[in-house]
Amino acid sequence: MFLEAQTNVLFQLAPWIIAFPLIGMIINIVFGQRLGERFVGAVASSAVGLAFVVAILQFVALQADSHGAHIPVAEWIAIGKLDASWTVRIDTLSATMMLMVTGVSTLIHIYAIGYMHEDVRLQGDPGRFTRFFVFFNLFVAAMMILVSADNYLMMFVGWEGVGLCSYLLIGFWYDRGEGGIANAVAGKKAFIANRVGDFGFLVAMFLMFTGAGSLQFDQAFTWAAGAGPEQAGLITAIALFLLLGATGKSAQIPLYVWLPDAMAGPTPVSALIHAATMVTAGIYMIARSAVLFGAAAGASQLVALIGAATALFAATIAVGQFDIKKVLAYSTISQLGFMLAAVGISAQVAGMFHLVTHAFFKALLFLSAGSVILGVEHGLHHQDGDHAGFNPNDMREMGGLRKRMKVTFAVYLTGALALAGIPPLAGFFSKDEILAEASHLFPLVYILLTLAAFLTAFYMGRQIFMVFFGKPRSSAAEHAHENPPLITMPLIGLAILAAIGGGLNLPGLHSLAGWLEHTLGHTHILEFNFQVAGISTALALLAIGLAWLLYGRKPMEKGAEDPLKRILGPVFSGIANKWWIDELYGVLFIRPYTALSTWLAEVVDWKFWHDWVHDSVIAKGFRGLTAWLSMDVDLKVIDAIADGIARLTGALSERMSALQTGYVRSYALSMFVGMVLLLSYILFV
Amino acid sequence: MNIPMEAVLALSGVLFVLGVLGVLIRRNAIVVFMSIELMLNAANLVFISFARTITPAEIGLSGQVMVFFIIAVAAAEVAVGLALIVTIFKAKKSIDVDQIHSLHG
Repeated sequence: MFLEAQTNVLFQLAPWIIAFPLIGMIINIVFGQRLGERFVGAVASSAVGLAFVVAILQFVALQADSHGAHIPVAEWIAIGKLDASWTVRIDTLSATMMLMVTGVSTLIHIYAIGYMHEDVRLQGDPGRFTRFFVFFNLFVAAMMILVSADNYLMMFVGWEGVGLCSYLLIGFWYDRGEGGIANAVAGKKAFIANRVGDFGFLVAMFLMFTGAGSLQFDQAFTWAAGAGPEQAGLITAIALFLLLGATGKSAQIPLYVWLPDAMAGPTPVSALIHAATMVTAGIYMIARSAVLFGAAAGASQLVALIGAATALFAATIAVGQFDIKKVLAYSTISQLGFMLAAVGISAQVAGMFHLVTHAFFKALLFLSAGSVILGVEHGLHHQDGDHAGFNPNDMREMGGLRKRMKVTFAVYLTGALALAGIPPLAGFFSKDEILAEASHLFPLVYILLTLAAFLTAFYMGRQIFMVFFGKPRSSAAEHAHENPPLITMPLIGLAILAAIGGGLNLPGLHSLAGWLEHTLGHTHILEFNFQVAGISTALALLAIGLAWLLYGRKPMEKGAEDPLKRILGPVFSGIANKWWIDELYGVLFIRPYTALSTWLAEVVDWKFWHDWVHDSVIAKGFRGLTAWLSMDVDLKVIDAIADGIARLTGALSERMSALQTGYVRSYALSMFVGMVLLLSYILFV
Repeated sequence: MNIPMEAVLALSGVLFVLGVLGVLIRRNAIVVFMSIELMLNAANLVFISFARTITPAEIGLSGQVMVFFIIAVAAAEVAVGLALIVTIFKAKKSIDVDQIHSLHG
């Protein structure tokens, strides 16, 4: 009884998980510019840290009461059947996301204090420090709304909120980049690609309301689970539109194109938003809607295929990239493909498991990449002369950083091995669980994912050898040095998580599966598949060996071509040019769309509406009408009536005043005559 | 002494007509006033004569009350009227009603 009461108190704290980041944001907006970087960083980080504490309390409470709770915060929309309220939903699935997001966010916030301190100086605009943390806190708040939502509409608010923050932070250096506009264009691209997905989400909500009459999760799922065969088409449509939403937010085929460009944002943004948290929102949403997708088998298969295809496709592109962050961006797309495939074959636990471990090691990799970039930029500013045209992200300009940045190298290696799936690091367990499930449930997906896993190990090996081994290929890399502890400490923390994260759901223990079972219902538990694990580990080791052969044994020389180009020939230029997908979209969608909008603007809007309809028809017609009304109707008719009444009254009163003579006797006579007439009327008539 | 009703009514009619003629014909304001008094008293005479003959006598009483009322009103009217005439005389040095016509239209 006592424990139960306490559990309820803990659940009541849940809304604070949204409130703390918002409070931090408001404090920074109001006082940030005056009180300096130290204060801003401390407020932002502790706001997210407090949210993390709340998340831990929810975890504790869920241990006691695994059913979770719904904490109503406020009424929102109640129109007819539609009843969407602000309700925080605590269950094992949302608590998993809360823990992961706030935990990783806290580390990245701390890292960002150090990183942005350097970044705003290297870019020459220290005033932007506060703005960065305001956006960052807003992002965490929006993400918390997304994961704690109890209905699709509230989830959509968070969904849009994180999209907005993503846009704001990709364009954080909006006046930089190619032509002084490339970063802003990247932000816009992300926003528009996401809008396409959001459109899918919206349509899915409309359809769901038509079918289920509610957007609340439980009610919608009850409807989907109990719907008859005549509703199957509607459910499939809902699932497909939700999938469109997920492909936008989680950067899957066909909408993945925005994520590589999103690397224009500062590196903590890439780590937090575009690797660990926001891009996993689509996976979370599909895992949350497991019942809906379970009722639409065809849509689920499409989800799995899209995920597997994206995983392989993005992995091939990652092989040919030279920008250290672009490699990681394509890797993220590929890994999100793994997760999507997992939730598509209804292995939600494996998907969520990979989501969490991926958040650890991909955030780690991005932050380490940021550390590498900062180190190289320091090296760049160390020397004199013109640095224009030097790209500190370019792996061809790096090399030999192993000795100069020891901590960064160690954590980067940890992250890379975890991503490549080398046991016993986190990535091995989570990726292997997806592969094992796929081999069991959907062999085609299994083959695609295994190939993607092979390429993953290869491009990570290539990156490690290019960046950290061999000799420095530029003087900037030669003078690079390690970053201060404020930057390296969070890296070590994440490295530990990336190393031991597999412990969340060890084969045989299945603690995460048991934990998520409370929310997802029965989850089938697959025994550890030694064959699958053996094959994937062997392939990963083989790929790393291959990478060593190409990049490690004989390190790349300065200005040399990629050795892979000799082997693959024209295929490599396809890879390096990202299979010309951006160009293809340009021809297919962007150019026709621009042409259409130009035509609409110039011909339809300007020539037709403005010149003809407005100027000729409406304006001229109106002028003619008003002229007729004023000259003919008003002057000749209305004024004449008014003047006539006045003249008539004047004439009449002139005549009437003659009656008033002023002679008393004439009045008396009139009275007398009147009286006589009156009396004669009474008497004789 | 019993005077017949017709005689009283005839006298009253004669007095009333004299009053009307006086108002219409005479130009002296005081005489006009006196003529008005003549008409009022003609009416009083009719009231009195009817009050005397009507039965029951209680209803006739109201005719006599009316006469007193008219005498009182006539006295008040004369007081106001004479005051007006005095004022007019002060301003115009005349009480000829034909010369007082500044309110004409």
